[in-house]
Amino acid sequence: MRTILINGESHDVDVPDDMPLLWVLRDVLGLTGTKYGCGIAQCGACTVHVDGKPARACQLPVSLIGTRPVTTIEAIGQTETGQRVQAAWLDEQVIQCGYCQSGQIMAAAALLQTTPSPSDDDIDDAMSGNICRCGTYVRVRAAIHKAASNA
Amino acid sequence: MRKPHDINPVLSRRAILRAALATGGGLMLSGMIPGLPGARAQSGSAFTPNAFIRIDRNGAITFIMRHVEMGQGIYTGIAMLLAEELEVSLDKVRLEAAPANASYIDKSAGEEVTGGSASTRDSWVPLRQAGAAARIMLIQAASTRWSVPASTCVARDGAVLHPESSRRLDYGALADDAAHQKIPDPVPLKNPSQFQLIGTSPQRMDTHAKSNGTACFGMDVRVEGMKTGRIMACPVKGGRLKGFDREAALKTPGVTDIVTLPDAIAVIGDHSWAAISGMKAARPEWDYGPHSGMSSATQLQALRSASEKTGIVAKNTGDVTAALASSPVRIDAIYESPFLAHAALEPINTTLHIRSDSADVWVGTQVPLRARQEVADATGLPPERITVHNHLIGGGFGRRLDSNSIGQAARLAKQVPFPVKLFWTREEDIRQDQFRPFYYDRITAGLDDKGLIKAWHHRTTGSFVLARWAPEGLQNGLDSDAVEGATETPYAIPSQRNEAVQCEPEGITTLWWRGVGPTHNVFVVEGMIDELAHASGTDPLSFRRRHLTHSPRGLKVLDEAARQAGWGRPLPKGHGLGIALHYSFQCWAATVLEVEVGGGGEIRLIRADTAVDCGPVVFPDAVRAQIQGGLIFGLTMALYNEITFRNGQAEQSNFHNYRMMRLNEAPDIRVHLVSDPDAEIGGIGEVGTVAAAPVLANAIFAATGRRLRRIPFAPQLAMNPTGEKKA
Repeated sequence: MRTILINGESHDVDVPDDMPLLWVLRDVLGLTGTKYGCGIAQCGACTVHVDGKPARACQLPVSLIGTRPVTTIEAIGQTETGQRVQAAWLDEQVIQCGYCQSGQIMAAAALLQTTPSPSDDDIDDAMSGNICRCGTYVRVRAAIHKAASNA
Repeated sequence: MRKPHDINPVLSRRAILRAALATGGGLMLSGMIPGLPGARAQSGSAFTPNAFIRIDRNGAITFIMRHVEMGQGIYTGIAMLLAEELEVSLDKVRLEAAPANASYIDKSAGEEVTGGSASTRDSWVPLRQAGAAARIMLIQAASTRWSVPASTCVARDGAVLHPESSRRLDYGALADDAAHQKIPDPVPLKNPSQFQLIGTSPQRMDTHAKSNGTACFGMDVRVEGMKTGRIMACPVKGGRLKGFDREAALKTPGVTDIVTLPDAIAVIGDHSWAAISGMKAARPEWDYGPHSGMSSATQLQALRSASEKTGIVAKNTGDVTAALASSPVRIDAIYESPFLAHAALEPINTTLHIRSDSADVWVGTQVPLRARQEVADATGLPPERITVHNHLIGGGFGRRLDSNSIGQAARLAKQVPFPVKLFWTREEDIRQDQFRPFYYDRITAGLDDKGLIKAWHHRTTGSFVLARWAPEGLQNGLDSDAVEGATETPYAIPSQRNEAVQCEPEGITTLWWRGVGPTHNVFVVEGMIDELAHASGTDPLSFRRRHLTHSPRGLKVLDEAARQAGWGRPLPKGHGLGIALHYSFQCWAATVLEVEVGGGGEIRLIRADTAVDCGPVVFPDAVRAQIQGGLIFGLTMALYNEITFRNGQAEQSNFHNYRMMRLNEAPDIRVHLVSDPDAEIGGIGEVGTVAAAPVLANAIFAATGRRLRRIPFAPQLAMNPTGEKKA
């Protein structure tokens, strides 16, 4: 049994040490907004924030989290930046199928927290780890610029 | 994907409507919309509604949707059609997905499909009729209650008004009475100049939940008492499970059960990680069966030799042989389009609870009726005892038109008494996909002495998907999809022959893929058009224009794309502009793409301009989004994608070796709507994808002088940047 801090709440979970955070979130805690896409940190659909930094939950064993706070898509709207990103995502009508978009929004929120006015190159660097099969990239870029300008 | 139409003859695009008192009071207007999922194909058959408007006494308005949302925005687009004529704003409308159960479909109903870029096309007239009928019945109910002529009442924003007496009744207060009104026949529709919703771009109805993690895809289903299992099938089709380490798998923490099929195994546990770790421990061993010698080389050899034969003639005008023989300029070419995986981001998954007398299935499917039948076949349960709970799909692209994975899951799930979610890993999803066929195209074309196309002979060789999926749809043995986009080119060609040779690949199941026939054929047609332009020393835009004098809509989109992209402007060294035109899914579209190819063969996509005429535009922002996304989907394929085989197995397994375009590689994409509102309405979900490969090939030629006739392009550029022929 270990205790992890997810979205401001402590959870006691009885799971194997090597179990990636992704499956703890989805299958144990019922936080299904964080998605499984590839399992090898190639697609970014499982992006969460650990201590405010973006992390691929599919490659993060639960035993390595310790006391660091984890934020998921379900709670990112409680942060000022997250709320701005979500609003820009809707304004720009970024979303199509939506399966990758939790990860896109988490990656964008992490970018804006460290880089409030990102350049296109900053956006390339921060977002190229997140695959969108529907091809919403043009609008992802526009929405990040919009969220930045709405600060 | 046109197949649903081919096998579901549309008798008329007019809605057949019925009204009834809804359960619990209120109006339930049911529409039987020909051509929509669930409509009967036979004439004179019973009323089997497939579209529903429910207005409750409390004023709640619900549209019950038969289409599945895969990201194309169809929930919103369809709701706009109904709401426009019903005179309600979209924020007053709630959407419900219709389950595939007895109350919404009849067992003998025709195919129930969301696909073929057909949803808006099929709904355009009849769903507006349904909305208008409900509005007229509500007005009729109010005018009767007020004893005033109906012509003095108007409907506005969810209420009927009588302006002369300033009276007003909400739809909810009229719903019971409306249910007893006569259904108008014919149903008058608004003049398009009065549209308030159609042609606007409202907030999509499905995206709020997708922005905060609350949207529920099939993969996210959680059922009381559910366990989770990973499925692995023999990596070679036709092989069998030989053995596995049951003891080790069961020792894995969280693993509870292992069930098998002759060709597959599922490790089931308390959570996905138990299932994944348990499968690793189980180390399944396979008897690879008869197809283990199959490889990309054997596939290509089979296609090549099949392509030597004459195929089924799909079109034959003029005397092609004679015309080619007398052409002063003639090009013979072979174009190759590889096997492709769909690689939707949500991997295949099905959640089932199979009981002795009934079953529930939670899944995202484009074909809920087939899904139900799969479970019936697997369990022996009567279909009416099986409820399919359809879910949002995390990317369709054609993959969820097939239901084989649901049957596989049902045969496994029936071996356990509890509800179980059975999923494929990404690796399974790619390796066990039903692949887009490899197409091997032979094309020969000749110019006359004025540089105009004189003769055209195009023979395509590949799998006929329809022969497996719905063989009754074949026409004299021809799968029309194999030649779609090839027989009807945009251009005036006096002598033209099209043939299709069916060649089913050994040990591979094939399926439609975004853009279907046109995605492969337009690559060949627009590549060859470009080759001919250059062979005749003519600018590719001018060459196309010379062959389009009969086609004002073709000329319009071509000229608009060229103008917006600055066709003909001076370009830096290494840059090139490509152009491609096509007519697909009843849309005209032209795209210009600027690329840069570096000295090492590295390619940068700079900007695309697409001009589209899709007839009446319901939801302009969704049209732009589909063109942008569709183009990126197609450019990804054209640059990077190919499923290759060795020892009977797909060699690609995840995104590290089945590469996806990423944000930093995507071009800017500008969409220019030049639609003709009086033309027939087109479907837009696949149009962007169709242009991608040819416009990229043509842009690379413009940049480098190198003609690429085989997809994918990036490895060819990287391996041989200068395009020099090896001795």
